[in-house]
Amino acid sequence: MITVLFFGKLAEVAGSSVEVQKVSSTDELLAKLYAQYPLLASEKFVMAVDKKIVSVNTILSDHSTVALLPPFSGG
Amino acid sequence: MNNDQLYERYQRQLILKGFGAEAQQKLLSASVLVIGAGGLGCPVLQYLVAAGVGSIGIIDDDVVDLSNLHRQVLYNVQMIGRPKADCAVEVLQQLNPQTRFNIYNERLTNKNAAAILSAFDVIIDGSDNFATCYLVNDACVLLNKPLIYGAISQYEGQVAVFNVLQNNERSANYRDLFPHPPKEGEVLNCAEAGVLGILPGIIGTMMANETLKLIAGTGKLLANRLLTYNTLNNQTYELGITARAETRSLIPATEAALLQTDYEWLCSSATLVNEIDANTFNTIIAEGTAAIVDVREKDEQPVVTVFSHVQIPLYRLLQHTAWLTENTIVVFCLSGKRSAQAAKQLTELFGASKKIYSLKGGIQQWMLEQKQTV
Repeated sequence: MITVLFFGKLAEVAGSSVEVQKVSSTDELLAKLYAQYPLLASEKFVMAVDKKIVSVNTILSDHSTVALLPPFSGG
Repeated sequence: MNNDQLYERYQRQLILKGFGAEAQQKLLSASVLVIGAGGLGCPVLQYLVAAGVGSIGIIDDDVVDLSNLHRQVLYNVQMIGRPKADCAVEVLQQLNPQTRFNIYNERLTNKNAAAILSAFDVIIDGSDNFATCYLVNDACVLLNKPLIYGAISQYEGQVAVFNVLQNNERSANYRDLFPHPPKEGEVLNCAEAGVLGILPGIIGTMMANETLKLIAGTGKLLANRLLTYNTLNNQTYELGITARAETRSLIPATEAALLQTDYEWLCSSATLVNEIDANTFNTIIAEGTAAIVDVREKDEQPVVTVFSHVQIPLYRLLQHTAWLTENTIVVFCLSGKRSAQAAKQLTELFGASKKIYSLKGGIQQWMLEQKQTV
């Protein structure tokens, strides 16, 4: 089971965290999330797997935590 | 101020284990530029001046507004309508008369950035827009300046120390986290999204803390890490960021190149998309040297079999750009809408290094025209 954490405006779309079953890669996870939360597709964010930023498709282990983090610009 | 007074002013931090007179001397000889004297800038300035940073620059082109006062704690109602940098210095000079101030009542731009940033040891970004954020990041990388970064949105904040020299290497910078600026409207600003005044207070003091640690050489910096803090549940989350070689290609390598980079444009206006009609599309297919990419979802109808292509759904496109080694890339979808978006993303990524086209009217229109010509 993968835990997904949403930050900033993404949490308004998907809630602060969800648990996702049976996904083996970040691509697979994203496809599932986009299907479940179509509004996510128009959001800009980076993805971290177990607290490491990833920029390419990454294999997920059964207990991975994935964080989706949007850029903030407020000051 | 004589030595007795100096000792008395800083006594509580001078007696602190791991800080002391040497660290205090480093603060007194340090110069720090604070970009933006707003929600983040105010607490940053207050604590740095109080702690004894010797020389402080403040750059802000804004004036004090009533709606600022709930979070920009250096200002009061008498100051409404006056330049923030002037007002901030008035207050801060009373807090610490020994501090030297440089006031810049102007906006930081690619024209003045190199000259202003060069005069300081440490740069602090308390700005409230992406154009300034990317400009400051790029200028700091170009000029080899450490950058204390902070940003807020609604109930959450982010803090990091970028581009700091550790073991002869520069730590990750903002573009290692978010390589490309978002477009206007993609991300909300404070005026649109709202912010509780305490949040910039918390994030701003965290930024001041990182600054003091950096100058004094104490503690562990938030280098190659991004800390996020949520005021609603007090949760923090720390992410590791790795400095990437690709990032360097996105950052102007010279001051001349910085002058040529229009940050306002990068962050707001739409990238022009090159659209091609069915005839040009057929010519490119016949040449056989371009990457043809279907950006629709898997199993979408109609299935295209008459020319060879790869399928990468729009939302995955930027993660699979390594596959696109050809110098020309043509994207298509059903109607031409998603492919225009895809072309935009690719153009932003590759710049002028590749030719990017979108099939106008999509595969729908193309199929219609093929039928007519048969």
